[in-house]
Amino acid sequence: MKKNSRIRKRRLDTTILRTATNYLLPLLLLFSLFVLLRGHYLSGGGFVGGLIASIAFVLHSFAYSTRRTLRLFQVSPLLLIPIGLTLSFVSGFLPVILGSPFLTGIWFADSVAVIGSVGTALFFDIGVYLVVIGVVLTILFTISENV
Amino acid sequence: MISNFILAPILAHMLTAIVLMFFWKNVQAQKTISVIGNCIAFLVSLRLFALVWENGNMTMQMGGWQAPFGITFVSDTLSATMVVLTAIVSLAVGVYSTAATNISRIRYGHFFIFHFLIMGLMGAFLTGDIFNLYVWFEVVIISSFVLLTLGGKKRQMEGAVKYVTMNMLASSIFLTAIGILYGITGSLNIADLPEHVAAVENRGLVTVTALLFFVGFGIKSAVFPMYFWLPSSYHTPPSAIGAVFGGLLTKMGVYSMLRIFTVVFEPDDFILGVFIVIAILTMISGALGVINKRNMRRIFSYFIVCHIGYLIAGIGIYTELALVGVVFYLIHDVIVKSNLFMMSGIIQKIRMTQDVYRLGGFYKDYPRLSLVFAVILFSLAGIPPLSGFWPKIMLFQEAFKQESYVLLATLIFASFITLFIVARIWSEVFWKDLPKPNAEEIDHFATFHKRGKIALVLPVVGLAMVSLFIGLKASFVFEITERIAYELKNPSIYIESVMHHLK
Repeated sequence: MKKNSRIRKRRLDTTILRTATNYLLPLLLLFSLFVLLRGHYLSGGGFVGGLIASIAFVLHSFAYSTRRTLRLFQVSPLLLIPIGLTLSFVSGFLPVILGSPFLTGIWFADSVAVIGSVGTALFFDIGVYLVVIGVVLTILFTISENV
Repeated sequence: MISNFILAPILAHMLTAIVLMFFWKNVQAQKTISVIGNCIAFLVSLRLFALVWENGNMTMQMGGWQAPFGITFVSDTLSATMVVLTAIVSLAVGVYSTAATNISRIRYGHFFIFHFLIMGLMGAFLTGDIFNLYVWFEVVIISSFVLLTLGGKKRQMEGAVKYVTMNMLASSIFLTAIGILYGITGSLNIADLPEHVAAVENRGLVTVTALLFFVGFGIKSAVFPMYFWLPSSYHTPPSAIGAVFGGLLTKMGVYSMLRIFTVVFEPDDFILGVFIVIAILTMISGALGVINKRNMRRIFSYFIVCHIGYLIAGIGIYTELALVGVVFYLIHDVIVKSNLFMMSGIIQKIRMTQDVYRLGGFYKDYPRLSLVFAVILFSLAGIPPLSGFWPKIMLFQEAFKQESYVLLATLIFASFITLFIVARIWSEVFWKDLPKPNAEEIDHFATFHKRGKIALVLPVVGLAMVSLFIGLKASFVFEITERIAYELKNPSIYIESVMHHLK
């Protein structure tokens, strides 16, 4: 009984955090995408972007619970790791098929609106982004399950 | 020759690891994919060796960034040989672990990490950039931490703490050395460095940097003052993992020494003297450590330390024939040491103990298997037609020619201790009758299903065949090692193959 009331009390305390999280989650995710995209010439990139995105989900799991955060994902975060690795691998391997050295940057001729010119480097970074989210969330959720 | 194919062994293992991650909890699929991946990587490595053997050094610039600036990958004969050895051991251990590794370990990513470990090793052997070498070292170390602690037994943790601490120390020393080297030369490309190193006026600083590299690689290959982490950690993980560690991880340090101290630094008499003194102390401490051990895997761990001394001694003598001996010994050692750990795994499965005094009667119960084990053990000791004999003779001969009699005496002493211990293992484990209290114990191997038995025995037999091949077709291995030693003594071949576009 006592334990239950304590949990309820803790939940009541988090109203402000929950409301803030509802606004912060999409904002942080957008910011992480921004950091991911500006990373080619400026500071940023897949790694930092991935960390920011995982912070958003960690905040969500603090405000609600780990289970509800996991429900936001269609797939287990563990699966993000191989998907990201595959994406990075393919974008590194594509130039080999076209006859250049591994990891050579290949760019589309036309630039895309907003993003700018798109090349294999972007897909490599998106792969890194996914791997980082997958790794960080898997580690955090495994720890919080055991506590 | 410039070709992307040089990356194929690395990418094969990377791809296998990625595919394995999609089948995280499916044990059967993991086993199948791992074996297929290992087979492909093995074939690719053989092809790489064949290409290098026919066309000379193969190079490749990552992302098309040209040589002193971009990351270079170079495969000369030494690299290609190491890649093939890694692929052989990886294939054997991969098949072996399908039966020897328990299911919960596989569920927590045994195979996936295993392939990343092998990928790191292949990368370290193929890279031509000294900082990139450090990165591959890290890949290997992180993977080995996971493999060492997977399962989380108290004994494993104890071993892992020592292992992690010493390897972190070695990495930081290695990194410091790279930093200093970059500070005094402004380059990191192994082929570009020698020109800059030769131009440095402060020779004292160059010697200090060279010795820092030696300390970093030395800790990783378990030489004299810093060897204790190896015997206190290598017997804790399952034998399949012990096989990879024992066979390949320390050899990575030796390979890096061979590379750095032939291409980048021209070792002077002082550095060579340090090599020889360290080698002597390593052999003595390894040999003395092995005498009073009862646990079979601990014995083999001390053998690793003891025999690293041979390799360091050969580098210290630094003549072409001595380098032939070193490389020959390296080839022999990788195969035999891996096989020893797998053999101890089978013995563990049959008798449930590693204690040589509690074991016995093996020859009576398993005569054919014992014969295979005899080949492994006596290859290690270097009984004449078998593989350990040829490189040892070469090293003895060179030590005698250089009139370093203390070294010669130590080499003979270490060989003698090895032979003595091997003979003792043979008489205790195989000849002696099984001691009474153990006689009723159940044989877990006999009840094992047939496919599992094949998966355990086949790799051991396969590697024993490779050992036999090295011993009986020594002329073939000589041809390879002579070419490697020639290339090591003439680093301009290596440098030329990377920097030719600048001329």
